[in-house]
Amino acid sequence: MNVNSKPVLEEPKTVFFAPISHPSPGSVGKTGTWRTHKPVVDLDKCTGCLICWLYCPEDTIIRLENDKVSIDYEYCKGCGICAHQCPFDAIQMVPEG
Amino acid sequence: MTVNIKRIPKKKFLMPGNAACPGCPETMGMRYLKMALGDNFVMVIPAGCSSVIQGIAPRSGIYAPILNIVFAAGASAAAGMKAGFESIGRKDVEVVVWAGDGGTGDIGFQALSGAAERDDDILYICVDNEAYMNTGIQRSSLTPYGAWTTTTWTGKREHKKNIPLIMIAHGVKYVATASVGYPTDFIAKVKKASQIRGFKYIHLLAPCPVGWRFDPALTGEIGQLAVKTGLFPLYEYENGKFQLSPLARRYKDPSKRVPVIEYLKLQGRYKHLINKPEEIKKIEEYIESIWYMIDVLEKAFNPKEEARKLLGSL
Repeated sequence: MNVNSKPVLEEPKTVFFAPISHPSPGSVGKTGTWRTHKPVVDLDKCTGCLICWLYCPEDTIIRLENDKVSIDYEYCKGCGICAHQCPFDAIQMVPEG
Repeated sequence: MTVNIKRIPKKKFLMPGNAACPGCPETMGMRYLKMALGDNFVMVIPAGCSSVIQGIAPRSGIYAPILNIVFAAGASAAAGMKAGFESIGRKDVEVVVWAGDGGTGDIGFQALSGAAERDDDILYICVDNEAYMNTGIQRSSLTPYGAWTTTTWTGKREHKKNIPLIMIAHGVKYVATASVGYPTDFIAKVKKASQIRGFKYIHLLAPCPVGWRFDPALTGEIGQLAVKTGLFPLYEYENGKFQLSPLARRYKDPSKRVPVIEYLKLQGRYKHLINKPEEIKKIEEYIESIWYMIDVLEKAFNPKEEARKLLGSL
């Protein structure tokens, strides 16, 4: 079975009258406002191992060039998984405000 | 099959800004599913947290086409959808059921058992967060012994139902257990399952910070500790062959396991058990019974050469 052939998800060609949802960011708004602590990346300590990116439940970790990371604060919910999983202590949780 | 993180493409696998709680294991699992299957799959979601995570129409937080269906019909709806795809000549589309533990072990069990018996070509993933988290942490048949829920205030008195072993007993093509604490292991298992035609079942352990009462930062860590303490062994059953996953193989030796108290003390749902050694002993005995069962299964499904010849001659 070839899983990389024609994608199922295509732009709709006909007009849908049924209320069909399409994947788009912010389906419940800017979830960054839920946060009490924000993750701050220390790019000097970051080695680009991508462990935080792999574990992030929200897909708010952005992969930069050379696979170092930055964080999308608009949507990050501040769970702290990235800081806990980082093997190099390159992410610190800092209180908001 | 190994997974190289660096070779996973730089793109979104889930839409940020969805309705999941911070530290949600289900959204972690959905990202890994998308990483494994690419663009060519459809999700069937019986009622549960995943129905809510999508957010408010006309937007959806999950990056896949979804059919939301009633609790009792997850596997049967997927079987019908697969038949529909086959009739229009799209045999390459993988139909994935993404059900919670209630939708798998309690309410959706007849549909699951039926689809497994018919050997429908679907991938059934049970996201096991060990209670009905979406409706307010009620006990399910997959809640483990001693765990607090809003309907078992003093801790559940019964042990967890072992759904993966029930699926092995159905004689399906592929059964595996995985944990969100080990993403690459889960991705590899989903990739392997997508190559197989027939009924595939993956049981994914999803530690829920809200229902299990722990700090959201520990989701991955608790997923790993469940494996390290021996409570949730990772294994694969494929076409009559049973084997432990490489990650879990060393925990077969009881001396290499992490003491179960390390796992229990991180979770608020076991708070009332911590100072009761007799209750902890019961959980330790349960771990022993799980590994005894696994030993039996390994011997039963992988008999020695002489025994296999003997069985073949019968």
